[in-house]
Amino acid sequence: MNRWIKFIAQRLLYMALTLFIIASVTFFLMSALPGTPYNNQDKLSELQLAMLNAKYGFDKPLFERYVSYLSNILHGDFGISLQFSDQPVASLLGSRIGPSIQLGLQAVIFGTIVGTIMGAIAAMKQNTWIDVFCQLFAITGRSVPNFVIAVLLQFIFAVTLKWLPIGLWDDGFRSSILPTLALSISPMADAARFIRTEMVEVLSSDYIELARAKGMSDIRVAFTHGLRNALIPLVTTLGPMTVSLMTGSLVVENIFAIPGIGEQFTKSILSNDYYTIMAVTILYSTMLVTVIFLTDILYQLIDPRVRVEEKN
Amino acid sequence: MSDNVLEVRHLRVSFDTFVGKVHAIRDVSFALRRGETLALVGESGSGKSVTCRAIMRLLARNARIDGGEILFEGENLLEKPMREIRHIRGGEIAMIFQDPMTALDPTMKIGRQIAETVTLHRRVSRAQARARALELLEMVGIEEPERRYHQYAHEFSGGQRQRIVIAIALAADPKVLIADEPTTALDVTMQAQILDLMRGLQKKTGTSVIFITHDLGVVANVADRVAVMYAGKIIEIGTADEVFYDPRHPYTWGLLASMPTLETGGEALYAIPGTPPTLIDPPQGDAFAPRNAWALEIDEILEPPMFEVTPTHFAATWLLDPRAPSVEPPQAIRARRREAGQ
Repeated sequence: MNRWIKFIAQRLLYMALTLFIIASVTFFLMSALPGTPYNNQDKLSELQLAMLNAKYGFDKPLFERYVSYLSNILHGDFGISLQFSDQPVASLLGSRIGPSIQLGLQAVIFGTIVGTIMGAIAAMKQNTWIDVFCQLFAITGRSVPNFVIAVLLQFIFAVTLKWLPIGLWDDGFRSSILPTLALSISPMADAARFIRTEMVEVLSSDYIELARAKGMSDIRVAFTHGLRNALIPLVTTLGPMTVSLMTGSLVVENIFAIPGIGEQFTKSILSNDYYTIMAVTILYSTMLVTVIFLTDILYQLIDPRVRVEEKN
Repeated sequence: MSDNVLEVRHLRVSFDTFVGKVHAIRDVSFALRRGETLALVGESGSGKSVTCRAIMRLLARNARIDGGEILFEGENLLEKPMREIRHIRGGEIAMIFQDPMTALDPTMKIGRQIAETVTLHRRVSRAQARARALELLEMVGIEEPERRYHQYAHEFSGGQRQRIVIAIALAADPKVLIADEPTTALDVTMQAQILDLMRGLQKKTGTSVIFITHDLGVVANVADRVAVMYAGKIIEIGTADEVFYDPRHPYTWGLLASMPTLETGGEALYAIPGTPPTLIDPPQGDAFAPRNAWALEIDEILEPPMFEVTPTHFAATWLLDPRAPSVEPPQAIRARRREAGQ
């Protein structure tokens, strides 16, 4: 137990350090961006500009702003959005992060599980029509953009069959089904392809032959000895995939008119909304390092070879 | 019940490959008696492993059994449905694999890998399976089994892993144990230890063992009887003494002459000239003829049948035909005969 506490403490420290570096670099890079947050700048007089700058604190030296920004976020204050009058960044993002995270997680979990099962079956039934079907699905799923799938799903299940809402985020879980499906196709295809390749290799290894020589049925061999070993490398790809789905579902969010975070990020960059950019960057980075941290722990749980060594 | 726990009759196995049909096993017959150790000896590709995988019904997908019977306790394994085969695999006939470094699942505790085999073949509770696994670990000489039970394969040395593989094989008290070159991947001291262990365990359990090897030195230590394979056939079979001290087939002569002994001095070790034939288009006559210094004309035309030397000793060479000229075996073999006569 002790080694786990030490391991986790150490990793948390590194995570904090990583976030600090990301926040700092972004802060300085962002202040080097051309333009200002004021979209009618040429119509503003010198005095008006100076007053606005003073109001938002942009008149102070860069380093001073940096220090005060860092101390503010440590106190949970992410500043005021410059796009909307007096809207705190925290509440702006807070109301939008929920749907994005929910969709991303649902898509990853559903996609990976279905994809893994497909890949495992394809590997067991190598070179049969099931295998060909799974591979075709994987190639299609990987190459068709998710917004095409989104529109198709919308047309079939919402417009024609009227089973599910066509969009918006007001019907609880039902609202999330179609966007989740649309988003899950790509992790599903990835997992199916990945697991098939891994499984084919694992199934030809000596310990699988030994398991068969023990008298186990092929299915049991594949699931107790095969899948676990084939899953290990997949775990490493899960982290970044989860984050990109939680954050990068901009188009799908738009198609289903879901108030998510992806849309907000693009807008904030285009309008030089410094504090929103900072907040979204920090948020994404936090999610990424957290997910990587979690995958590392998961990795240790399923692969005894990389487990933290007990030091006497 | 007959004395033979396992009987292979006229087994023929071929593989479909891109270059053609490879006749890997060409009419192999032998019997395994209760409690004995039969060594299958031969160079790589002679068909020893394929024979054993055929018995386990663990052949690769492109393999085809073209004929023959494999009788286990009088029942033909080749006609049994897969469900029954699975009961026999691991339960009645178990196998020890060549490379202990890769034979264990790297992500499962070794204790569970042993217990798993117990529960597959015996109606036991989890606790009973665990107890049996601990007992097996102890039996194969793993110290502190309670602690080791929870460890993973990478925490064991090669020799220890082979002990665990043996424990898995013995988990359900099989009647037949097939050991496919169990010591080849180990260093020499480990080999000796593992052989000792296997001998001891066999004495204790009374299991019949098929011991596959290309190492005649190992054979002398473990086998009651020896079958020498060449190009998918058994060319000589007899008790260990008969094959070692009174071999009749020129190929066996070659094998024994190329084995270093304590007397081997500075002179170069003998090597059989040439290479085994390809089995895509097996030769018409004796497959060994092209490499055989004692080959007769008939060897090129007709495959020799098994000639009886003694009721336990058979060899497939025309030299044993009464019409054949009498030949002198090489010096090393004559020395062996003298040694045996003393």
